[in-house]
Order: sequence, then C-alpha cells, then structure tokens
Amino acid sequence: MNSWLRHHFQSLQQALTRFAEAPLASLANIVVVGVVLALPLGSYSLLSNLQFYAGSVPTEPQISIFLSTSPGRADVAALETRLRNAEGVRSVRFVPRDVALTSLKRLPGLNEVIASLRENPLPDAFVVTLTSSDADTAARLEVQFRGLPGVGTVQVDSAWVRRIESLLRIARSAVLMLALLLGFALVAVTFNTIRLQVLTQHEEIEVSKLVGATDAYVRRPFFYQGAALGVAGGIAALCIVQAAMLVFNTDLARLGPVFGILPVLRLLSFQDSLAFLSFAGILGWLGTYLAVSRHLLISEPR
Amino acid sequence: MTQPIISVREVTKRYPGGREALSGISMDIEAGEFVFLTGHSGAGKSTVFRLLAAIERPSSGSVLVAGQNVSALSPRGIPFLRRNLGLVFQDQKLLLDRSVFDNVMLPLLVTGQPYRDSARRARAALDKVGLLDREKTRPVALSGGEQQRLCIARAVVNRPSILIADEPTASLDSEYADTIMGMFRSFNQVGVTVLIATHDRQRLEQGRVVRLSHGRITA
Repeated sequence: MNSWLRHHFQSLQQALTRFAEAPLASLANIVVVGVVLALPLGSYSLLSNLQFYAGSVPTEPQISIFLSTSPGRADVAALETRLRNAEGVRSVRFVPRDVALTSLKRLPGLNEVIASLRENPLPDAFVVTLTSSDADTAARLEVQFRGLPGVGTVQVDSAWVRRIESLLRIARSAVLMLALLLGFALVAVTFNTIRLQVLTQHEEIEVSKLVGATDAYVRRPFFYQGAALGVAGGIAALCIVQAAMLVFNTDLARLGPVFGILPVLRLLSFQDSLAFLSFAGILGWLGTYLAVSRHLLISEPR
Repeated sequence: MTQPIISVREVTKRYPGGREALSGISMDIEAGEFVFLTGHSGAGKSTVFRLLAAIERPSSGSVLVAGQNVSALSPRGIPFLRRNLGLVFQDQKLLLDRSVFDNVMLPLLVTGQPYRDSARRARAALDKVGLLDREKTRPVALSGGEQQRLCIARAVVNRPSILIADEPTASLDSEYADTIMGMFRSFNQVGVTVLIATHDRQRLEQGRVVRLSHGRITA
C-alpha cells in the first residue's frame, strides 16, 4: 500500500516534470484546452446570470386591469368581489391611480417628467394573480375581465416572462450541446497529446515492461499528465471567463446610470469552479485512458 | 528428484510468413546450473531467450520457468515472472537519456520498493560490476564493455534466481569477454542459475552446452 502510494506521488511528480521539460509545448496545449473550455464555461455563466435576473422578475401569471373611468368606492368593491370570485384567481390587489403615480415618481429620471404633468394620467387598476400559469386560463380570464363594466384595458403581464423562460430553455440546451461537443474536443486533445508522449517514451515503456513493470505502473504517469492537462486547461478557462466577466462588468457599470439600474454579472462561485475543474480533470483522464489502452497492449507477447 | 527450474517441452515457434525458428525442442535446466545455448546465427537461440522472458509465445509446446507455465501466462502475470528473471538483452535496452544509476534503479522502482533501499542495492550491483564510480554518467559515455557490465548490473539488481543473457560477449574483445564471463560465473557460484546464448565457441568451458542447429537441439 505504501509503495503504491509512493508511486502515485512519483507519477504526479513525473507528470509535472514532463510539463516543465517542454514548457512551450505544454503551455500551448494548456491554452488550447483553456480556450476550448472557456466557450461553454463562458456561455454557462452568462446564461446563469440571465436566469438570475429573469428569476428576480415574478413569474407568477398576472393580469393587470386598467379601469376606464374613475369609479366610486362602492363600484371598486363590487368589481373586486367579482374578480375575486372568478375561477382561477388567487389574489386581487387594487392599485389606486395616485398610488401608482407615487411609485412611478420613485423611478429615477421620471420624476421631472411627472412633475410637468398637470393631472394624473394614470387610471385605477387591479392586479390579479392567477392560480395556474397555463395560457388557456389567462386567455379565458382576459376575455371575461374585458366584458366587466368599467374595465378599459386588460393586459396579461406574465406572457413576456414566459417567452424569456422558453428562450432561456433553448439557450440552456444550446450550451449543453456546446459543452458536450467541446468536452469531446478536450478528450481528443488529451488523447493526441498523451499518444504522442507514449510514442516518444516508447523505449522507456518497453524497457520498464521488460524489467517487470505492470501496465498499471507504466500508465499511471500518463493518467496524471492527462488529468493535469485537463485541470490546467480548466484553470486557464476559468481565468479567461472571469477576466471577460470583469471587462463586461466595467462596461455595464458605465451603462448602468443611463438605465437607472446597475446589473452586475456574478462571477462563478467557488463550488462551481471546483466542479468545473474536476470535470475537466476527468475528461483529461478519459482522453488518456483511450490513448494508453490502445498503445500499451502492442508490446504483449506475440 | 527436484523439478528443473527451466523446462522446455516440445516447443515449436513459427513466425508469420511460415519461417520455423524452433522445431519441437525440449530441454531441462536444473537450479544452479550454468548452461550455454550455442549454435550458428539464426539457429533459434534468441527465440529461446524471448520465449523464456515471455516476450513471445510458442506456437506449440510449453515453457516452464520456476514452476510457472510461461506459455500460458496471462498478460497480468508476465511482469511478476520477469521480476524473478535477470535478463541481459542482445541489443542492451539501456535508457540512454538516464544516468547509469537510474538505469540500474529501474527494475527496483517498478516493483515499488522504497527509494533508499533501492539506491543501496543499485550501488551494490554497480559495485559488483565495477561501475560504481560512473553512476552519474550517461550510458553513451561508456565503452562497449562497460555498457555490457551495466546491463548485467541491471539484470542482477533484483537478485533474480535465474540469469539469462543473449550474446553478452558478442561485440567485445576477448579480454573483456573473459571479464564478463567471470562475472556470470561468480553469480552462478552464489546459486544463480545462468543460461547464456552465444555463438562464441571459445568460451564454452566449464558448463553444460546445449547446441541448436536450424531450430533443433543437436547436443
């Protein structure tokens, strides 16, 4: 057990030595793997940012009902009861026109515009939250509410959120496919690298086997090398993506005041980075597995 | 009667293309023997060497080494067979990009022995063949005879019970060849079974001689 562990340590050392022996070639390899991995990683983090912001918008289906005239208190109460009793309605909130105006004033930039108005242009409104998000219910209620007395405009608010969600779903599949494809690319890159290494060390492998080395012994340093290539490439990809995000964030900070919001792209979390690096290592290991299982069997007795 | 340490039974080796290198040879070697395997070049000496080291498998017949059926050994078992054999190859198989010391260390490291013990044993083996002061040199800087001694050091560093050499004196002048033979004898004297394949007829004294001719044993 002790000698087994020792050899693992030696193999790791050997793998790192081989990196150091050909620093330029190794660096080129790491950059290739880094760029290959940066593409899906970057798309993933952009996507998860989008999801984060989309998620902060209420996805519960809502219907806004704007009243055509300013009704009396009794009419509002009657309408509210009818809305509340409609099938598929979870809750009803009345937004009086002056409250709506006050909340609009709070938005930066709009204050002056509103102050220049002589009277409040906003109607009274109801915000109705539905129990289910299916489109049929929303459509049925939309028609039903439109027929109610005093109702001007009826607007289904959640439609665009759902559209964004389905777009995000498509984007998620696209990123998954990209990751899958480029994962294959990483396996192919390590396969080639390790195969070349096996060929250049052909003599050492042969002699080691002739003096009693097992296949596992001969393969071990290559596995470390392949996994190390994957992890090093992964680190390069993380650096590329985080740097890109920082650049985006400075751009966004410049844009922010124009829109009155300050969106910030969140960097990858520590856990995500760790998971990503182990995944890269596993892919490197897999490429090595394919390379060495083909090449080390040739020297078996004929 | 003790079992022979090497037992070759009715072994035929045919290469792709139809050339028959060995045609049904049988021979036994007892533990502690010193045996020369001789014959003209192409007689099949090297084939016997490769069969014993499980580098090749016989087309038919069986090869037993230290009680193990080499001809039926699984690929997994082969490394463990080779650890009991000291092999001196005709083409030396030295690693030219490693030092003399590292070449001798290799058989010990592949078995996973502790580095410190291994280093001690490697130096002892180098001392036995008179190369201790050259341990840091690369094999290319050694003379032909020194390279051959390095091969022997690597073969015996694992303290094998059997030492098999393929043409160990082929490219050496006669004085050097005597030194090399002397080394094999001294290992034989401490109980190692020695089998030497050679076409060199001058050095067949003091040992059993097995003659091969055209893939058959003639004496």
